[in-house]
Formats: sequence, structure tokens, C-alpha cells
Amino acid sequence: MKRFVIIIAVIFLSFSIFAAENALEIFSWWTGGGEEEGLLALFDLFHKYYPDVEIINAAVAGGAGTNAKAVLKTRMLGGNPPDSFQVHAGMELTDTYVIPGLMEPITWILKEIGAYDKFPKDLIDIVSYKGEVYSIPVNVHRANVVFYNKKIAEEIGMTKEPTTWAEFLMYLDKAQQMGYIGIALGDKNKWTSLHLFESIMLAELGPEKYNKLWKGEASFNDPAIKRALTIMKDILKYINADHSALTWQDATRLVFEGKAFCNMMGDWAEGYLKTLGWKPGVEFGWFALPGTQKAFMLVSDTFGLPKNAPHRENAIKWLKFLATVEAQDTFNPIKGSIPARIDADKSKYDVYLQWSMYDFSTKIICPSIIHGSAAPESFATSLMDAINIFVTEQNVDKTFKEILWIAEDNGYLAD
Amino acid sequence: MLINPRGETLKKKNLIIGITVVFPSIVAIAIFVYGFISWTLRVSFSNWNSFSSLLRGIYKFVGFRNYERLFQDYRFQTDLWNTLFFTIFFLLGTIALGILMATLVDKGLKGSRIFQNLFLFPMAISFVVTGTVWSWIFAPGTLPNNPQGINLLFTKLGLEKLMWGWYTSTDSLGHFNVALIPVIIAATWQLAGYTMAMYLAGLRGIPDDIIEAAKVDGANEWKIFWKIKMPLLTPITLSALIILGHISLKIFDLVFAMTGSGPNFVTDVPAIYMFELTFRSNRYAMGSAIAIIMLLFVAVVIIPYLVTSLRGGKR
Repeated sequence: MKRFVIIIAVIFLSFSIFAAENALEIFSWWTGGGEEEGLLALFDLFHKYYPDVEIINAAVAGGAGTNAKAVLKTRMLGGNPPDSFQVHAGMELTDTYVIPGLMEPITWILKEIGAYDKFPKDLIDIVSYKGEVYSIPVNVHRANVVFYNKKIAEEIGMTKEPTTWAEFLMYLDKAQQMGYIGIALGDKNKWTSLHLFESIMLAELGPEKYNKLWKGEASFNDPAIKRALTIMKDILKYINADHSALTWQDATRLVFEGKAFCNMMGDWAEGYLKTLGWKPGVEFGWFALPGTQKAFMLVSDTFGLPKNAPHRENAIKWLKFLATVEAQDTFNPIKGSIPARIDADKSKYDVYLQWSMYDFSTKIICPSIIHGSAAPESFATSLMDAINIFVTEQNVDKTFKEILWIAEDNGYLAD
Repeated sequence: MLINPRGETLKKKNLIIGITVVFPSIVAIAIFVYGFISWTLRVSFSNWNSFSSLLRGIYKFVGFRNYERLFQDYRFQTDLWNTLFFTIFFLLGTIALGILMATLVDKGLKGSRIFQNLFLFPMAISFVVTGTVWSWIFAPGTLPNNPQGINLLFTKLGLEKLMWGWYTSTDSLGHFNVALIPVIIAATWQLAGYTMAMYLAGLRGIPDDIIEAAKVDGANEWKIFWKIKMPLLTPITLSALIILGHISLKIFDLVFAMTGSGPNFVTDVPAIYMFELTFRSNRYAMGSAIAIIMLLFVAVVIIPYLVTSLRGGKR
């Protein structure tokens, strides 16, 4: 009987939470480490401005967001959207939710608070569809960065960071000859090999042409993409044999443990190296992947406004709040990313992030494929599978053909 | 038999009560099992291969196109071979080990009770935990200088020759990807104890007098096992094959946690591909097609069993 009463009480309580008039339900996959801490800090700050709004943290853990995305899709399909949800900037939102007409344009929010021109133009383009902005970028990661062990760099005689493939491959070779792993890769979850490939592709195509691919102004049938595969093949000679047993953290750890010379990863690896106890610029250095010095491969989390949000007014307050410098400077130093606004306070960030912030405001911004910005999810997963096969078979012609098919399937130029 | 009117009304009453009790679950099963199976079948014949076409909800029948694409797909072909070999070796392994352990435990030696429980324990663990732990054990490390897990053990024992890439290996013998071996070992480890429990129950149900009679007739242990015990255990073997077979055809969590799809999809299975197509690529129709194919596989295994057991029930 007692148990029965408790169950009834719990059911009523949970109903009363959902029924709370002045609530705000925020959906994300920020559930661990600095991400969750950053999100909670945002909630605290939001509470200061709007003390009477009750925030419901609907975070779904696991799978680098894949679990959350599956839950979100089900909720959106069922007509039960959260008030605002985390989504990668670009096609992950546009193709899945904007084109089917599930989102509200929010350009007016940015214009009203005078923040429209405070974000880089390239980024605004990425989060826009037909001239309207659909989500507010909160943080920015850079994907085309190589992190290296400074001690090993000294041993192999690297005095200057490599800027060409020839130099880079030479150092990888030297590292391998001295018994180190040249470049650590951990592709148990498959996405990391596409993460590497997309940046090589960016290097070979150049940022302008790379960006044109996604606008349908350039074709995938380009010798540069074939060259990118050949370079990938060259680089794969220097990876660790057990790459398919490791995750990206394990691969970054190989650099930390002094077993591998470098690791090509998004700059969340910088945050990871810092948690392991390294100081940026002291124990580890970094450089943009050769050939991509002029580009900033973007990974950005954004929040949007679904149609029929149950608490639309509060969601708008939340989005306005996220676009402020204060909110961005609260969240990003904790998460270890840089703010999407270019007028943020640089002094709050470490040397690496300051370097990244400088590049973010000066270089050409390019959308990442695997992190959802450039192309629809079906394109990204198909390409991920093709590259997964390529890592083993290393058949350039076959994979190139495969890439053309995938491009054609998804309505991109391929002839 | 005499039927009094009172008894008849009682029977009728029982019938009404029976139907009312069972009715809700029949309705629930009709909707949530068969309803959704037919819905999945319907989706698998549609062109709902993007989120927007699914959302618009305009049904366009495309026949077997999704199935055709799947069977031409390199990844799906690999999945089918993997499922075949995984199922064969997993069934052989669990049943052989199960019989062996059951026979040993059945001998009633000192301490056999403890072992009986020890062998059964792995079944209580979730597949995800098993997968994670075995992925650490079989992680090869960087060979030959920095071995890990089981390879490290081999080095310590001076058996360096036995070191290999385990589930990171991309070698194959014909269509059999050798990277499946560690996965089969993990799955066998988890379910051999359960098979043992089934056989143990069977062995304990064999009357002693038959065995005694055989002994008197001069049969040795070996002969008793093969000529008397095994034939009597046939129904157990059949049930074990069905239960383990449908687990292995649908396997997802163990592989997902342990190796993922693996390099060049050496350890991929249809369930993982189904999950990724549906929830990562938004290709709901293709995902449904895999679901239906998996259902057919399981049906091939289960239906003959159901038919025989229903017939047995009538007898």
C-alpha cells in the first residue's frame, strides 16, 4: 500500500513538473565532464535574469549525441518538441528539421539584440536556410588540428611545424623509424577516420572549392579528392596497428603517454590533454593540418526554436540569452571551446584557444561533414562507411567512385 | 459423463472469466507486436529514406527496391556472412561446452555445486558489460613491443607466437572474418553456462535404472553417453538450438559494446547496420527492410520448433 501511494505521488509530481506554467525544457547531450558543468553554469546565469522560469534539463547521455538525436527525432515526429534543443550547426538541423518545416526562423532575435553581425558571416551562412537563421551558435570547436608531443618532436628534430605534406610525412616517417607511432588513430567508432579524411580533402580542394561543394557549385568529380585519398593512404602507413580497438580518447592518450608523435583531432583533444595534466604549449604543441592553414574546419553546437514549442516565450528568452557575450564567455571556458561571437573576452581562454579564436575570426570557415554541418546525415554516414572500408582496403579508385555515388545519391554535383 | 446444469453454467462462467482475463493481453499483442510488424513491413516497401519524406507521410510503394539495394550492398553482404559464421560457431561452442560442463557437474564430485553456480554466473551479466570487458581483454595493443590484454599474457608466458590482432584483424578465411573469433569467444563464455543448466536438468531427469541396466549389459561410459544419454537429451538440444539461435541472429549489444562494426565491417552484424541506417542516416525504409529480413531469419528457426512442440502438446 505504501509503495502504491509513493508511485501515485511520483506520477502526480512528474505531471506537475510537465504542467508547470513557467517552465523551459532544454534538450541536449551534454551530460558529462566540462560540458555538463558548462550547461549548469548557463542555467545558473539564466536563473539570475529570469528567476521565475523553471528549467527542465532534458539531457540524454551516451554515444556522442547519437542517442540524444534518436530520442529527439522521435519527439519531433510525435509532435512533442522540447522548447529548445542542441544541434550541430548546419545541415544536421537544416536537412532534418528546417526543410520539413519543423523550425521557426529566428533571424529577428539576433537582429533585435544587435548580435547578427557579431558572428562571422561564414558561420551565419552555415546556420541559415534561404536567408533566415534557424539556430544560435553557442560554442565552436576546430576540427583540422594536429596535436603533437613536444618531447618527441625534439627527438626527431622538428624545429618548425610542418606546412606541407612532404614535411609532415617526413616527420611521421622519422618518428616511426625511432620506434614511435607516427600518427595515432582510434577509429573503433568509425567517425575518426572520416574526421581525418575530410580535413585532407579540405587541404587538397582548398577552402573556397570545398565550400562550393555543398552549395552545388562545384563537383565531387575532382582530381583533388582522388589526391586526398592518395595522401590519406600515405598517412595511414604511420598509424597504430590497433587503431580499430581504440576510441579517440585512447588515441590522444597515446600522444600523452609518449607512444605516438601526434594525433589529428578536433580541439576537444586539447581539453582532454589538459585534464590529463598537460599544459598547452609546454608539453604539447599544435598546428593546422598541412594545407588547411587558411581554413577553419568548424564544429559548432547551436540551439534552435522548434515550431509549437510548449513554452515559446521562455525559449525565446533562452535563445536571446545564449547569443550574449556573457553567456558565451560563461559556457566556453568551462567546456574548452571558443565562443561563436568574435567580440568575446580573449583573456578568459588559454593559449591554444586564443590561437583558435584568432584563426576563427580571420580564416575561411568550412563546415565539417562528420560533425553534421556540411551535408545531410545520410551523406555523412555513407561516406563514413566508405572511408571505413578505405582504411582497410586502401583502394583509391574504388573509394573515389563510391564517393561520387554517395554525392549523386544526395543530390550533389558528381559529373 | 453426466452434465448437470449447474456444472454447465460454471463452465460457461469460467470461459467468460478466462476470455476477459486474456483479452487485454491479446489486444495488446495484436497491436504492439503484430500491428507493428505489419507497419514495419509497410515501411520497408516505401520510399521513406529521409526524415522529410517520413514526416510528409505520403506513402509511395516502391516494391522490393530497398531489399534489392541491401543485397547489393557490400556492408550488408558482409553482415550476412558474419551472422552465418557467428551463429554456426557460437552454437557449436556453447552446446559442446554446455554438454561438457553439465557432464562434469553431474558426476557429483566434491565442489561440483560451486562450479555449477560459477558456470552459470556469466548469464546474469548484461551483454554490454561482457562486451566492454572482453574488448579490453582482446585489445591487441601495438604489436610487437607494446602488447595489451591477452597478448600481454602470452608475452609473460613466453608464447609470443600466439599474439595477433584479435578483433582488429582484417584477415579472412574465405568469407569468415577471423576478427569474429574473439566475439564468438565472448558470446560463448556468456551463454555456455546457461546451456549447461539446460543439459543438467536433462541429465538429472534420466532415470538411473536405464543407466544401471546398460552397465549390467556391459556398456562403458562412452557408449552410455552417446547411445543412451544423448538420444534422451535430443529435446534439450533442440530447445538450446532455438534459444541460442535466435539470440545469435539478433545479436546487437554484445558486438556494439565490444567491437562496433570493426575495420572494413569485419565484425558488423545486421542489427548494428539496421540501427545506424534508421537512427543515424534517417533511412527508415532500408532499416525496416533489415528488420524484416532479421524477422524472417528468426522465423525460419522458430516456426518449425513451434509446429513440432504444438503437435507434441496435442499428443
